Amino acid sequence: MEEVPHDCPGVGSAQAGRGASCQGCPNQGLCASGAGAAPDPAIEEIKEKMKTVKHKILVLSGKGGVGKSTFSAHLAHGLAEDENTQVALLDIDICGPSIPKIMGLEGEQFLEDNLGVMSVGFLLSSPDDAVIWRGPKKNGMIKQFLRDVDWGEVDYLIVDTPPGTSDEHLSAVQYLAAAHIDGAVIITTPQEVSLQDVRKEISFCHKVKLPVIGVVENMSGFICPKCQKETQIFPPTTGGAEVMCHDLKVPLLGKVPLDPRIGKSCDKGQSFLVEAPDSPATLAYRSIIQRIQEFCSLHQPKGENLVGS
Amino acid sequence: MEAAAEPGNLAGVRHIILVLSGKGGVGKSTISTELALALRHAGKKVGILDVDLCGPSIPRMLQVQGKAVHQCDSGWVPVFVDQEQSISLMSVGFLLEKPDEAVVWRGPKKNALIKQFVSDVAWGQLDYLVVDTPPGTSDEHMAVVDTLRPYSPLGALVVTTPQAVSVGDVRRELTFCKKVGLRVIGVVENMSGFVCPHCAECTNVFSRGGGEELARHAGVPFLGSVPLDPELTRSLEEGRDFIRGFPESPAFPALSCIAQKILNEAPVGLS
Repeated sequence: MEEVPHDCPGVGSAQAGRGASCQGCPNQGLCASGAGAAPDPAIEEIKEKMKTVKHKILVLSGKGGVGKSTFSAHLAHGLAEDENTQVALLDIDICGPSIPKIMGLEGEQFLEDNLGVMSVGFLLSSPDDAVIWRGPKKNGMIKQFLRDVDWGEVDYLIVDTPPGTSDEHLSAVQYLAAAHIDGAVIITTPQEVSLQDVRKEISFCHKVKLPVIGVVENMSGFICPKCQKETQIFPPTTGGAEVMCHDLKVPLLGKVPLDPRIGKSCDKGQSFLVEAPDSPATLAYRSIIQRIQEFCSLHQPKGENLVGS
Repeated sequence: MEAAAEPGNLAGVRHIILVLSGKGGVGKSTISTELALALRHAGKKVGILDVDLCGPSIPRMLQVQGKAVHQCDSGWVPVFVDQEQSISLMSVGFLLEKPDEAVVWRGPKKNALIKQFVSDVAWGQLDYLVVDTPPGTSDEHMAVVDTLRPYSPLGALVVTTPQAVSVGDVRRELTFCKKVGLRVIGVVENMSGFVCPHCAECTNVFSRGGGEELARHAGVPFLGSVPLDPELTRSLEEGRDFIRGFPESPAFPALSCIAQKILNEAPVGLS
C-alpha cells in the first residue's frame, strides 16, 4: 500500500473506500469491501499474552532527544530494585534502539533475575547495521514483540518509544488496545521547541484515549560541578513544563536537572541511580518513580485482567 | 522510483543539502536553521524544506509560525522569513489548522506529502536548499532521498552529540547514507561541552569525543564541534538571527566553519 491518496480517510475508518479522495486509489475495492476494518486477530492474542502483565506504561514524547530512553531505563532500574517486582522493558524504537546500550547489554536478554529487556537492537549483528524499514514492516516487528515474546509474570511492562506520533505509536496503542494500558509518561525538556512537539503528543494521547500519567521535565537546569551555580542551558522561555501542564491540565510528575554523570552512566550501561545516589537528579527520578507506582496502584484494571491480587 | 524528472520546481535550485541524524534531539533543525542564516549572511538565497512531519520545529525558529501558504500556478509558494526574500521555508507546520494538532499519519501518507513538498513547492531561484529531516532511517528518509535523487543532492550533513548513545544511532544513519548512495559531506558534533557563565569551567554535559571518533570510523570529514550556548537556544526559541546577534558566542566559530565548508564545496557564482 505505497500509493495512498493524500486525503486517505484511513483504512479502518467508516469512509474507507467510500470517500471522494478514494477514487482511483488502487486499494479502493479492498477498503470498500470492509476488509480493512476487520480487527487484527493479533489484538486478541496480545490481550491473552498480556494477562500476566499487571501494569503497562508507555514512555512518549513528541520530541527527540529529551531523555525517553534514559528515563525508561531508569524507571526500569528503579522499579527492579525491589527484587520482588518483575519488570520488563520493551524498546520499540526500531530505527534508533538505544536501550541495549543504556542497559549495558550486549546480546543478553536478562540483566538481573527480575528485569528483562527486549529491543530490535539485540537482533542486529553489527552496531553499524541500519534498520531501513517502512511503516508496515516496523508495525510487524512491534506486533511480534508484543505477541511472540514470552513475557511471563510481569508487574510492570515499560514500553520505550521513538519520537513522533506515527506508525510505532499507533501500533503500540492499537495492539495493546484490548489489554489495558495504565497510561503514558511524557518526557520533555523545558524549552518551547520541545513543548510544541509535546503538546502534539498529549493531543495524540487524548485522540487515542490513552490516559496521561503525567509529564517529566528533563534537563531542567544545570548545576556547575565547580561553582555549584545553576544555569538554564535549555531556557523555559514559555514557562517550561509547569505552564504547559497547567494549561493542558495534566500532572507534572517532576523536574530532573542535568547531571553530566547521567550521560556517562548511559554510555557505560550502568544505573545512574546506583552510580550517583546523592545527585539531585537521582532524588528527582525516585520521586517520579514513586508517583508512577502510586498512579498504577490507584488505577488497577478490573476483572479478569488482574492476576494474583 | 521516479523516472528522470523534468526539472520543474527544482530547476532553479543550485545545491541541495540534507541534514540527517539517526538520533533525535541532537540539533538537526538548529544546524539547518543556523546554516541557512550563515549562508544568507554570505549573500546567498536559501530555501529550507522541513520534512519532519510529526515535529516541525523550523517555523518557530525563524519566527514565521502560523503563516499561511499560498498557491500559485506552479504549486505552493514557500513562506519567506524576511523582507528581502533571501530565506524561504516550507513545513507541514504551515498546513496545520491548530499548532498543537498532532500529525498522526502512517508511512504512506507521510511519503505522499513529502513527494509533494519536493515537487510542488515553487522554490524559484535558490543557491542552496537545506532539507531538515526527522530522526531515524524510515519512511521520510527514503521518500526524500528517492524523490531528490534525480536532482543530485550535494550530500548530507550528519549531526550527532558526543555521547555513545547518540553515536550508536548515528552510525546506523551513516550506513543508511551509504546504502542509498547519499554522499556524506561531514559529521557535526553538537552540544559539545558547556562553559559555565559564572566561573568559565567547561563541563562535558553529554560526554565528549564521540563525533570526531565517529567521523574517523566512518571515513568521512569531521566538520566541527558546536558547544552548548543558552543564547543559541534562546535565539531559536524567539526566532532571532543568532549569526547576526551573537558573533562572540563560543558556538559561532563552529557554525561559521560548517557554512564555509558548504560555500567552498559548492560555490555559487555572483548571483
